[in-house]
Amino acid sequence: MTTPLLELENLHTYFYTDTGVARAVDGVSFAVGVGETVGVVGESGCGKSVTALSILRLVRPPGRIEAGSVMRFEGKDLMALDEEAMQHIRGNRIAMVFQEPMTALNPVFTIGDQIGEVARVHAGMNKRQALAKAVEMLKLVGIPAPEQRAGEYPHQLSGGMRQRVVIAMALVMNPALVIADEPTTALDVTIQAQILELLADLTRRLGTSVLLITHDLGVVAENCTRVIVMYAGEVVEEAATSDLFARAHHPYTEGLLGAMPRVGGEKDRLATIPGTVPPPTNWPKGCRFRDRCPYSWERCESEHPPLYQIGGGHTSRCHLAEEPERRQHPHPPLAAQRGATAA
Amino acid sequence: MNPSAALASILGPRRTLSRLLHDSRTRIALVVLLIVALSAVFAPLLAPYDPTVQLDIVRLPSQPPSFAHPLGTDPYSRDVLSRLLYGGRISLAVGLGAVLLAMSFGIAIGAVAGFIGGAVDAVLMRFVDAALSIPRLLVLILVASLWGSLGLVPLTLLMAGTGWFAVSRLVRAETLALREREFIVAARALGASPMRILVRHVLPNVAAPALVAAALGIANVILLEAGLSYLGIGVRPPTASWGAIIQDGAERVSDLWWLTLFPGLAILVTVFACNALGDALRDAFDPRQLPRGNDPTFAAEA
Repeated sequence: MTTPLLELENLHTYFYTDTGVARAVDGVSFAVGVGETVGVVGESGCGKSVTALSILRLVRPPGRIEAGSVMRFEGKDLMALDEEAMQHIRGNRIAMVFQEPMTALNPVFTIGDQIGEVARVHAGMNKRQALAKAVEMLKLVGIPAPEQRAGEYPHQLSGGMRQRVVIAMALVMNPALVIADEPTTALDVTIQAQILELLADLTRRLGTSVLLITHDLGVVAENCTRVIVMYAGEVVEEAATSDLFARAHHPYTEGLLGAMPRVGGEKDRLATIPGTVPPPTNWPKGCRFRDRCPYSWERCESEHPPLYQIGGGHTSRCHLAEEPERRQHPHPPLAAQRGATAA
Repeated sequence: MNPSAALASILGPRRTLSRLLHDSRTRIALVVLLIVALSAVFAPLLAPYDPTVQLDIVRLPSQPPSFAHPLGTDPYSRDVLSRLLYGGRISLAVGLGAVLLAMSFGIAIGAVAGFIGGAVDAVLMRFVDAALSIPRLLVLILVASLWGSLGLVPLTLLMAGTGWFAVSRLVRAETLALREREFIVAARALGASPMRILVRHVLPNVAAPALVAAALGIANVILLEAGLSYLGIGVRPPTASWGAIIQDGAERVSDLWWLTLFPGLAILVTVFACNALGDALRDAFDPRQLPRGNDPTFAAEA
């Protein structure tokens, strides 16, 4: 791979709360290439969204990106830029699409006004030019009667329309990278596919890289070339999409895949992963997935697993990489055992 | 339910305005305020006499209403109708001026405190807490009596200076809530500077509750001004003001009823209209609060 567009190295974002230091993002490294769509999956609370906000340096106190974290974008060290330079990157070179299109739009301004604002901030357009740009963008994201729609307020649009508007806002400046944080979670299932298709189609045409954050592996399978699985503030597995679906290595990824409904699969109940993500103020010492893992053994308690290379750019943070034979002897995870005795 | 901008927004500004104008309270309040305002503005044309001239101190003091003097005369033989019309100028000028100043200051302080947060917020809000713990009327009486009696401008400034605390608290609370809203984060993610976010995204969204507070604030200032004038420490005599007219007849209320009744009615009607307008605004911004009498939940119980 040539020089990647975005490179994260050892990103740590901690929140200093009353109940302790929440290590929400705890040593995350990955890269996004030019024109590539990379998926980031994991449960709620595993650090996906904080990673996204960290890239734009939008983490607010009590949150802080720790010293030693490295973020390189288009050859620039994002950590070294001052606030003004960061403002120039936000919305211009890196744009973000948010989860809730209702709340991501300002209710008191028309959508034409809001899309145009991006052009006014970054391209110095006047009101009139900005409105023309907004209409052009609305047309691009497939909103019918764009001239009329531009004069409407967010509440007058359906959820799917609003998400199209949010995408239009993100693409105004033709950014190099779009970070989409669960862009379809708040939408009807019927609309989800349309929105993803639109995002995929536009970014392909414009050559935009996408960092697609989701908890839906189906979305990843259809849209991403590469997948990063996050758990408890860390990357636990990274692989090409096809590789991940065919040869998931980390037990957590296995669990996620098992929890996904499949056409033609056995008609049993969907598998679930017992237990929940541990609190970020108190990650377990060894492997953070140990309590929920059907293969864990003594080593997992004492030794925090590194990201093992398992060939072909596929990495996994699991000791099974060194002791693969243990996969033959699954046992009920500790979390499930505890649940059973408690009940 | 507080009149939150978030809710105003669900309907959008245009629909809020149309709800407001369809509210009968708004219409009545606007008509009343228009009459009061017009009669104050055109007082020089409407008033039959000079409000400060003693017409005939021997033959015309304390006359009851008659054709020559529809609202009677006061113990100094001045025409009460003329004083009432000119008095409206004082009440409205002080009310509007003080509230305009108090709003600008309160909104600025509140927005800055809420938006910047941290030590700035703490210092400003502790000051406001302290200021709010002192009764406003006491401060006004103290300052006014130290000064003797006040001119129009000092009185307005005094009202404004003691009137912005509650607004700043309100705006700060709204700003704090707004700051965490996703569209503010989205605006930052799109590269808007803090100043731009404050002006374009925060202020328009605090306008709704601030407007309600302003309408109620005007009523409050009119009452306070009348109170101060009644105590004889408001506007400098012989300037006419509604409170001052009542004061002129205060010692003989039972004989000189017209000196209490007419300015009293003027105060009542104006304050009532301001409050009605404030309530109507609050409801127009809050879609969940239906106009009284039309609430289906209450209708069902009845």
